[in-house]
Order: sequence, then structure tokens, then C-alpha cells
Amino acid sequence: MKIYADHAATTKISEAAAAAMLYHMNETYGNPSSLHTEGQRAAEVLADARGRIARLLGAEPREIIFTSGGSEADNQAILSAARLGERQGRKHIVSTAFEHHAVLHTLQALEKQGFEVTLLDVHENGLITPEEVAAAIRPDTCLVTVMFANNEIGTVQPIAEIGEVCRARGVLFHTDAVQAAGHLPIDVIAQNVDLLSLSAHKFHGPRGVGVLYAKKNIPLTSLIEGGAQERGRRAGTENLPAIVGMAVALEEACTDLAGKRERLTALRDRLIRGLSAIPHSVLNGDPVRRLPGNVHFCFEGIEGESLLLLLDDRGIAASSGSACTSGSLDPSHVLLAIGRPHEIAHGSLRLTLSDDNTEEEVDYLIAAVTDVVAYLRSISPVWRELVSGKQKFILN
Amino acid sequence: MALYSEKVMDHFRNPRNVGAMENADGVGQVGNAKCGDIMKIYLKIEEDVITDVKFETFGCGSAIASSSMATELIKGKPIGEAMELTNRAVAEALDGLPPHKMHCSVLAEEAIKAAIKDYYDRRGIGYDTAQFHDCASCGHCCGKH
Repeated sequence: MKIYADHAATTKISEAAAAAMLYHMNETYGNPSSLHTEGQRAAEVLADARGRIARLLGAEPREIIFTSGGSEADNQAILSAARLGERQGRKHIVSTAFEHHAVLHTLQALEKQGFEVTLLDVHENGLITPEEVAAAIRPDTCLVTVMFANNEIGTVQPIAEIGEVCRARGVLFHTDAVQAAGHLPIDVIAQNVDLLSLSAHKFHGPRGVGVLYAKKNIPLTSLIEGGAQERGRRAGTENLPAIVGMAVALEEACTDLAGKRERLTALRDRLIRGLSAIPHSVLNGDPVRRLPGNVHFCFEGIEGESLLLLLDDRGIAASSGSACTSGSLDPSHVLLAIGRPHEIAHGSLRLTLSDDNTEEEVDYLIAAVTDVVAYLRSISPVWRELVSGKQKFILN
Repeated sequence: MALYSEKVMDHFRNPRNVGAMENADGVGQVGNAKCGDIMKIYLKIEEDVITDVKFETFGCGSAIASSSMATELIKGKPIGEAMELTNRAVAEALDGLPPHKMHCSVLAEEAIKAAIKDYYDRRGIGYDTAQFHDCASCGHCCGKH
């Protein structure tokens, strides 16, 4: 059996999106900036895609900026808010300890430029509260950036309430919605969002394309100079096939969103129940306030990379936050942020499902993970010390 | 997966000499769970020859493969030869390791040396302590945590 359970990393492109892309690659080859008919036809297709995406987010078309993906959108949102704040003498930013590196590394770069950054503790359940955001906002705060849903442990923040706090205090609010878009309802007005990033390949669209939503009248700093595309906010000839593919994929993802969520949540909870039966394991992230397809566990006494390789041998594509899979010495900053000790964080496993996955696949996943964890424990000197009582279990 | 050579994957999937050993003559354990890898080597030694060897490893694919290959390379060998086993030889026998995984082969070398040192200590056999450097050549995680 082949099971793709790494949908938080990327998704398979939808057939409709791929077909639309191929069609426009062949048929709509004009440059939208050109005056001739071919160019204007492309400009119309571009405007149509922009309008469709705007509608799905509750935004206006001119508030949609096409980017190369979520990372670029995160960078541009944060840098724009920082430049704006700087001009007003406000150089403090509030964020969380477990943001994506596209956010954290941008914040670190700003710190070197004299900005102060407050990273909120995300607690063991991986959630922050609007009250904590309110308490962190200072008179010189220019931006609050909090991810909509975490890419590793899947926790979903109270975005609308955080947005409300920011609005009341006159502070811009950005959310990295890369994991949420196409999976959870997004309405930038109702959720009080000023800036939002999304990436097409996380909802069965093509990679290399994303969106920065920026509420009108927020001046953006261009990261790429060289042309008037995207109203001067992002130079470069538009990647029209990818943009159309993204619009098609987002429309598809948002069709019957509630029904898909319900089915996926049932699959997720079946998987969580099954894996919870493995002794000395723990579910990471809040059990309820989490993405419908996200399952994330730590297993004591084993290391994540060997777990992934053995699951791959059984046809399962999964992910881990162990140091060995990241190429660095430290395990995932997300797991450390929720208080998992290093030795536990190394034994982590992320399984992210989509609507394509079935109950039969979930049952296969449970059996395979249970089996592989037991095998790796049987050859682990750490596990031997734990069961013999020489070391104390961290996870009960 | 193309990350590892076929040999690494073979030793990872079908580790040789895996498991614990009752009444071992020397046991060595190196590494740190915080860093994500621990290797334990058990030796059975008769008349200066390693007649049996077992290992247990907590770690990534290359850590398990390195332990497995290292046990194969020293089984049936005199202690003197086992002492000369280098991490490079372990990595070469595995048809190479990715650069950031070389520390796994270092752990294997050091686990064997630690087990031999334990054997010497148990038997009261004298040795030159310079032979047993303490996790010095790896630079993976020592002193970090």
C-alpha cells in the first residue's frame, strides 16, 4: 500500500488545476503588461483569477498580491509593516515562539536593524490567547504576526479574537495562513486581518505561487524591483498559469469546506485514537483546536529519522521534527517551544492527511507505526534503560 | 531514498549483530539522547579475540547502519585490530555517509573503543589512556547540551 500522509509539506496537484494551467500555458501566452490583444487577453485572465481568489478570502481584488509563495508573502508582510512602523518611530513586533522560519528569520533580521521582538510562549497545548497578545502590545508596537495554524503540530489560533485586539490597539495584524488556506474558513474582514500569507501548493495547487493579502491603504515595501506589476508592489512578469492553477485549486478546496473538514476530522481522530494506544507516547498540540488533517506524536525511546525510513519502506510518506531530518543539531523549534525535551522531540512523527485518504489507510498507518515504534524500541539502548527502571520515563 | 547508499539502507533495514548480550566481557555506550543518538556495544572476548559482538542503537538510519557495519568489521578480530578501526573505515565500508552524518561513524568507533576500555578495566589490564580519547574528534554535540 502507498500512503501519502505528508500533506502539510506539499499536496498533489488537483486535476482541474493542472488542466487549467496546461491550457493557459498553451493558449494565454501573452504578457499581461502588453498592449496587444494577446497581452490584454492574459491581463483579463489574471484579473479574473485575482477576483476569484479575493472573493474566497473576503477581500477586494486590489488587496491581492501574487508572490512566489508563502515565504515571500511572509517576508513582504513583515518588512512592510516594519518599514511603516519605523517611519512612525514604532519598532516593536509581537509574534510567537513557534512561527515558521519565514517569519522567525525575518524577525531576526529586523532585530539586527534595531527592532525589538516579543515572542509569546505558546504553552504545552500550542495555543496563545488574545489576552496574552493584548498584554504584549506596547505603544511602540507596529505589528503582531501570529500564524493561523501551525505547520508542525497543527494548532489553530483564535485569529479573529487576536485580530480584534490588534484593531482596538491600532496595531497591524499579519497571519501566516499557509497551513489554513483551503482547509479552514478565511474571511479577512470578519477575522480582523490586515495582512495574510498563503501558498498554493498546500491546497492542491501548484508550487512557486502564493498570495499576500494586504488591506487597502497599507503601503507595501517591494522586495523585487523592476516593473509595475502588482501595482508596483511586486515586479516581474506574472506567473499566469500558476496563478490560474492556484485560483482553481482554492475554489475547489473551499467548495464544501465544512463537509470536507468533518470527514477529515473523523479520520484524524481515528488516527489519533489508534496511535494513543502506543505506550509512552504523546499527542502534540491541542486535541480539538487543530487542523482537520494534522496528527503529531512523540514516542519515547526512539529517533524520528529511522522511524520515517522504515515507514517509507512500508509505502508511507510522513515527516518528523527530529534533528536528523532537519540537518541541524537541534530538534524542531516548535516541539521545543511547547516544552518537549530534546530526547522526546527527537522521536516525533507528523502525519498529515487530506480528503483523499481513507479509513483503510488510517488503519494501515496505525498498524505500521505501532509495529515500527515497537521494533525501534527493541533495538534502542534508551528504551532498555527505561523499561529496566534505570532511567525514568518522561512520557507516561 | 537517495540520501543513503544502498549499503547503508541494507544495514539499516537488516542490522547485523543487533540486540543485547548476557554476560558480556566489555560494554561501551556513547552518545547522548539529547543529541538524538546513543550507541551501545557488547563484546565477548576470548584470548584477546572478539568472538562475539552485539549492538543497540537509538538514532537515525545512518547511526543504526554504522553500528551494524562496525560490529561486522570487528567480529572475530583480535582486540588490537578492533582498536585500529577508524570511523572513516566504517563510513567507507558503507559506501560513504552524507557529510552531516559522519558523526554516526565516529560514534561507532568510539562505542567499540569504550567497550574495549571497559573490558580492560574489568580485567585490570593496563593500557595507554591516550588510546581512548573521549568523544573528541566528532564535534557533533559534545558540550552543546
